[in-house]
Amino acid sequence: MLRLQQLTKRYKTGDLALSNIDLDIPNGQVLALIGPSGAGKSTLIRCINRLVEPTSGNVSLNDLELTTLSTKNLRKARRRIGMIFQEYALVERLSVMENVLSGRLGYVGFMRSYFRKFPQTDIDEAFRLLERVGLDHMADKRADALSGGQRQRVGICRALIQNPELILVDEPTASLDPKTSRQIMRLIGELCKERNLSAIINIHDVLLAQMFSERIVGLQLGEIVYDGPPDGLSPDVLTQIYGEEDWEATIETADIDDEDEEDLLSEDGIAVTAS
Amino acid sequence: MNENRSDQASRIWKRPPLIERKWLRWTLILGGGFYLIVALATMEVNWGRVAAGMPRAERFLLSFFPPDFASRYEDIYIGIIESLWMTIVSTVLGILISIPVGLGAARNLAPKAIYLFCRGILSVSRTFPEIIIALFAVKIIGFGPLAGIIALSLGTIGFYGKLLAEDIEDMDPVQAEAVKATGASWFQWINYAVQPQVMPRMIGLGMYRLDINFRESAVVGIVGGGGIGATLLTSFDRYEYDSAAAILLVIILIVMLVEYSSGFTRKWVQ
Repeated sequence: MLRLQQLTKRYKTGDLALSNIDLDIPNGQVLALIGPSGAGKSTLIRCINRLVEPTSGNVSLNDLELTTLSTKNLRKARRRIGMIFQEYALVERLSVMENVLSGRLGYVGFMRSYFRKFPQTDIDEAFRLLERVGLDHMADKRADALSGGQRQRVGICRALIQNPELILVDEPTASLDPKTSRQIMRLIGELCKERNLSAIINIHDVLLAQMFSERIVGLQLGEIVYDGPPDGLSPDVLTQIYGEEDWEATIETADIDDEDEEDLLSEDGIAVTAS
Repeated sequence: MNENRSDQASRIWKRPPLIERKWLRWTLILGGGFYLIVALATMEVNWGRVAAGMPRAERFLLSFFPPDFASRYEDIYIGIIESLWMTIVSTVLGILISIPVGLGAARNLAPKAIYLFCRGILSVSRTFPEIIIALFAVKIIGFGPLAGIIALSLGTIGFYGKLLAEDIEDMDPVQAEAVKATGASWFQWINYAVQPQVMPRMIGLGMYRLDINFRESAVVGIVGGGGIGATLLTSFDRYEYDSAAAILLVIILIVMLVEYSSGFTRKWVQ
């Protein structure tokens, strides 16, 4: 269970990014965080693993209070929280395998990581994950040689090899085409289910949020203005989150359309769902 | 399109001038022109001496030809080997020292106090040209290549450390953030997130510095820092301009070799 209590973040510039956020996320729940740009979505997930230091309030993950941890203990706690990024954030000049194994950095010593001598169990797990997302044949390719969708799947492997209890996902589909976006969202959803992971997914695309999450939280100007099931997003609610707009079209197409089998294939023609 | 809008008056557009205020702009232009004319007018050129110097220059330059590699072969060989050795030692030493200094001088890595301290080291070592440091080093530890090595290493720290720090400051913060989020330690973070991002450029700059240090080794030799510069100075002192020409040709050849190989290396590491 991830619990945020009275979480507040005020940047040095004086901007209030988050204001007294209270949020409980039970284990295994996939939550989509929606809201306009600048609503504080990115800040919220970064306050959880303290890539951004919260100004006040508490964050606890399975009863471990994260906000007061020392640097060393924070590093240990970060191992339990995987993160997936908007522009994939792979280290481009490292190989796919090195990027995946970098998820184990919190578990191995400097010398081992420097000489890339990771324990065999880590390497086995890396290959298992890469196989799961259909990229095991790319292990020694450099990350910048991959397509957007492939890179994001490597990013997912990097987060999962940490063996996390929670994953934070920041705009995973923002630079992907609509089809790849769906595949990536579906993959994240499946993996969370397989491993009973909870996830917070920041996402711009309301439609994708409705399709692939069981709970939606709407953020506006640093405050939660909606917290409920995906089908509770009425035009009124969307107006409350994003402002005045014609929302009917967005909601109408929100019914999950069953895609044909071909769509479940990754762009290399490798099944990403079968496991 | 045009016919539809013909009833509208055309709007004039010109690129806005660099300096908005008209009087300031013209004051600067006219003032600059005036200063240039006055400065040229006050320059004293003794055309008589220039004319007298011409035949001397001709004799001087002609005495460089043909270059004589043979009679001072031994000295040239020893000088070049010493210079190459000085170049390699000072480049490696300088780069090794400049890595921690450069890391400390990157604002996005180091806390404020360390940042200011390391930037201080860099600006001090960049203040003095290699030849000045060489003068000091020769005074302190005496003639010879060690003085030259010290001068070139210090010069390398200022050069390489500053460019390393700036390259680190320009890196992609998201890649760095992603590695940090895995729970990596500081050193692991440097190794996995920072190093891959700056490495190709730093290898290229290392090659470039090798080239600079070789050329500088000829300069520091003139003030007593050893190497080919000392040999060059000796041949000038003995009026053996044909030997000096041979030395200059060897220097040019080696600089060209380093240049080509650095181009090749840079392509290879991209």
